[in-house]
Amino acid sequence: MKDEILMENKSIVVPGEVLAKGMSFLPGPGTYRRDDVIVAKKVGLATVDGKVIKLIALNGTYLPRVKDKIIARVIDVLMTGWRVDINCPYSAVLTMKDATNEFIPRGADLTKYYDLGDHMLCQVVNVTSQNLVDVSMKGPGLRKLKGGRFIKVSPYKVPRVIGKDGSMVSMIKKATGCDIIVGQNGVIWINGDPKAEVVAVKAIKKIDKEAHLSGLTDRIAKWLEEAK
Amino acid sequence: MADEHIVKALAADVRYDGRKKLEYRDVKVEYGVSKSAEGSARVSIGETVVMAGVKMELTTPYADRPNEGNIMVNAELLPLSSPRYEPGPPGEKATEIARVVDRGIRESKAIDTTKLCIAPGEKAWGVLIDVVSINDAGNLQDAAALAAIAALKNARLPQLSEHGQIDYDATKTDKPLPLEREPVEVTVYKIGEHYFIDPLCTEEDSADARLTIAVTEKDTICALQKGGVGPLTVEDIDHMIGIAQKHSKQLRKAL
Repeated sequence: MKDEILMENKSIVVPGEVLAKGMSFLPGPGTYRRDDVIVAKKVGLATVDGKVIKLIALNGTYLPRVKDKIIARVIDVLMTGWRVDINCPYSAVLTMKDATNEFIPRGADLTKYYDLGDHMLCQVVNVTSQNLVDVSMKGPGLRKLKGGRFIKVSPYKVPRVIGKDGSMVSMIKKATGCDIIVGQNGVIWINGDPKAEVVAVKAIKKIDKEAHLSGLTDRIAKWLEEAK
Repeated sequence: MADEHIVKALAADVRYDGRKKLEYRDVKVEYGVSKSAEGSARVSIGETVVMAGVKMELTTPYADRPNEGNIMVNAELLPLSSPRYEPGPPGEKATEIARVVDRGIRESKAIDTTKLCIAPGEKAWGVLIDVVSINDAGNLQDAAALAAIAALKNARLPQLSEHGQIDYDATKTDKPLPLEREPVEVTVYKIGEHYFIDPLCTEEDSADARLTIAVTEKDTICALQKGGVGPLTVEDIDHMIGIAQKHSKQLRKAL
């Protein structure tokens, strides 16, 4: 049997689609081997890189990776820390040790530091194979987020919201005068004048919707100019 | 749990989606969305979508009201419409929505139940109204009440066979239900000193109190339901009723 690639390079594939036949190809991210064929796991763009078949997913839920800066929300106060929602199928744990530089005395009321429903910008420090996630508050810029409001975008569109070297988000910040923090998990914190916030939210939703179209930055710049 | 950020925005009369405090999102009503129901409607208020269906059945009238038919309202919050809802028996919110929709229709005497009677003491029409949430983006109550009244307007009686049974296979008659009035419900929310209508989910969560007011086309109040932990003074209620009477027109326009 001849080894061959069964899809066009850089084409959109769906889960279950057979991408290549034969043992001389290797399954990359987003694909897996079934018997002697390589099959797509997600909806996305399949590319051939030498012998490796790669698949870049178009959309999906957030999957935590170490060093991601994300926005989390406290959902439970534990004996030794906090359980936080990170907009992902798995919740994360923030331990007392990683929560603050202050010394937390034995038996202290942990809600004094973070209470239920509080949001914070934190960093993923460990993800186990069983998807137990640890986050930390130790690092530059990591802090509790007071006031403001939160919106969600697809985690796969976060790079477009941020833009190259943060160009997109700083453009929105400049145009609206709002403070904006974009978490890698797709949660975005916005704080500013109520009217300006509405404009910022609409701009971000527009990016989320039109992320796949070219000339995005110019279009958003023009839109922001008109919205003023 | 009043969110200070929301209060700040309300003070500037800017809602989270850019509306004013006393402004509905786009209200749309579609009629006849279900083939199998005697009457149906789909209502959307912004991204909130609710469907209602009316089914007619033959029942024996209640012993104390031998010449009247009856009305029943049921509501279901589908798990697909919000991450907050689970499958299973109706919870507190679904029960409340059903009962308040029922109260608006019943107490306004929207349906003349004596006209639903076929043979006194023996046979009468039963009107079953089912309301389901398709998407919850806030303000299910107003959408549910509007969907219910729209479905009632759309309903036509089914044909009866020779033996006096309902023939669901035959085409419906063109006889509408004996609708006398069209009540719509407006829920007015209060956070701090601010009153507003048509809340988003986040605004529902941080509201101190709410008052659902059912209003007929002549601005008559026919049902009330208070919710939330905050108290309401007499002045509050007067003010909220005024808002409901004025802004029920925004809903009625779509009917």
